[in-house]
Amino acid sequence: MPDAANTRLAEGADGAPAVEVRDLVKRYGRTTAVDGLTLSCARGRVTAILGPNGAGKTSTIEICEGFRQADGGEVRVLGLAPSDRSLKARVGVMLQAGGVPPAMRAGEWLRLMARFHAHPLDPAALLDRLGLAEHARTPYRRLSGGQQQRLSLAGAIVGRPELVFLDEPTAGLDPQARYACWDVVTGLREAGVSVVLTTHYMDEAEKIADQVIIIDHGRVVAAGTPATLTGAERQLRFRARPGLNLDELLSALPQGSAAKESPAGHYIIEGQVAPGLLATVTAWCASEGVTAEDLSIERRTLEDVFLELTGRELR
Amino acid sequence: MTSTLDFAPRPGAAPLPRMVLAQAGAEMRAMLRNGEQLLLTLIIPVLLLVGFSRAPLISVTGPRVDFVAPGVLALAVMSTAFTGQAIATGFERRYGVLKRLGASPLSRPGLMLAKTAAVLGVEVIQVAVICAVALAMGWSPHGDPLWIALLIVLGTAAFSGLGLLIAGTLRAEATLAAANLVYLVLLGLGGVVFPIARFPEGIQPILELLPITALTNGMRSVLASGGGFPAGPVLVLLVWAVVTLGVAGRTFRWE
Repeated sequence: MPDAANTRLAEGADGAPAVEVRDLVKRYGRTTAVDGLTLSCARGRVTAILGPNGAGKTSTIEICEGFRQADGGEVRVLGLAPSDRSLKARVGVMLQAGGVPPAMRAGEWLRLMARFHAHPLDPAALLDRLGLAEHARTPYRRLSGGQQQRLSLAGAIVGRPELVFLDEPTAGLDPQARYACWDVVTGLREAGVSVVLTTHYMDEAEKIADQVIIIDHGRVVAAGTPATLTGAERQLRFRARPGLNLDELLSALPQGSAAKESPAGHYIIEGQVAPGLLATVTAWCASEGVTAEDLSIERRTLEDVFLELTGRELR
Repeated sequence: MTSTLDFAPRPGAAPLPRMVLAQAGAEMRAMLRNGEQLLLTLIIPVLLLVGFSRAPLISVTGPRVDFVAPGVLALAVMSTAFTGQAIATGFERRYGVLKRLGASPLSRPGLMLAKTAAVLGVEVIQVAVICAVALAMGWSPHGDPLWIALLIVLGTAAFSGLGLLIAGTLRAEATLAAANLVYLVLLGLGGVVFPIARFPEGIQPILELLPITALTNGMRSVLASGGGFPAGPVLVLLVWAVVTLGVAGRTFRWE
């Protein structure tokens, strides 16, 4: 129980974050999908919630959208309880799938969604922006999966909301459609709209998110900007014959360096990537009688961080 | 060509009447565009009207069309308010349509209002077509149109309650099966085209408590015999409406 009034989340305040979640718990029978999750999404920013399947992403976002009831904890959306009816006009929602009558035409559905709002975007212009202008008269069920996703995105933003929730907006999209979607998200951010999205794609989070929250087993395991999560550290990577003994190499490298083989045949050297490092590594390879292939120096990717935190096993 | 779109937030819900009209219009178009729905709401009633008025399949006193037309009007109300609505709503639930609408500014009472308006709108078309066909076949209706309107509104409420009760609890496929089965059973038992006097006397009082029988008897007592306020049928329909809408309101699952 929160013991004092001042530990409660701010209510109704204009300066409140777009989304604030504290100690959220959600159970389905005996399964705990969300297990004491705490996060905050800033106004006017793009926040990506990353996590493996079953991490609790959709449960969390659907509680914020008001579709599901929390079993514990506090949630504030634009400073209000998720059940607050005034949020319906202020928050745009894109479901993970469905939501449109299969026989309804794309343009017809978007115009209907627009009619629910006081100052909507022009549905025809929005269809055009998302590359759906040609399909305005196509029934929803005849659209491809990617076209259905884009229509659903259009429906989430047609009412000119302050905040949009996008549940896996680019799942199953081809590269062009993903870029179109990113372009819209970036446009929303520039216009001052807060965006909270879930995704499996690390590159997506790295490219379009200001803030990344990695969740696993219903808890936040890491949060920050893509840059802080991946760190300033660079890595030197190369491929070679598996099973090389790295001890000798380590002794030749500067203090604080680390070397590992993961997976077999793929070597990663972490630490201060100074010009001398490359020479040291290639000289060591030559002494071992191997050729380093695909040698590259790069920043740690969000995917590295993600796999480190959530493990490699399939679920 | 890329149009300029201003994404800057400018949120606001539309006025309720505009939202309800937009949703009702979309639902009406969906019902009129759907082939199976049209079969149920217009083609079958008209075929029954023509068939049973022409062919000597039933023995009634007076012109057959005077007996058949009120029953077919009752059937039309049942097919739209109950069968059509149950099936459509069941699949809307399955496809996440109701869930998505739950995130829009249209409130649930607003959605219910829109669905009711759409059903009444389709019924106006049905009544117009059925009456036109019946009149062309020599139908001579009697009675006060006000009682007819009252019966149709109460029948719509009772059948909508029954339809939403099924659609809100069963899976979409089960709803489809149940709605069609109940439609057929009520069509056979409710005096729509076969007079309930043909059934054993012992079960007739039970049949008269069915919503379809109440609606059919009410329509017939006004239209065929020019009867006054149809108190019995109105009471039966009112009870059905209150009970089914009340239970549906408690048990309806939106997802």
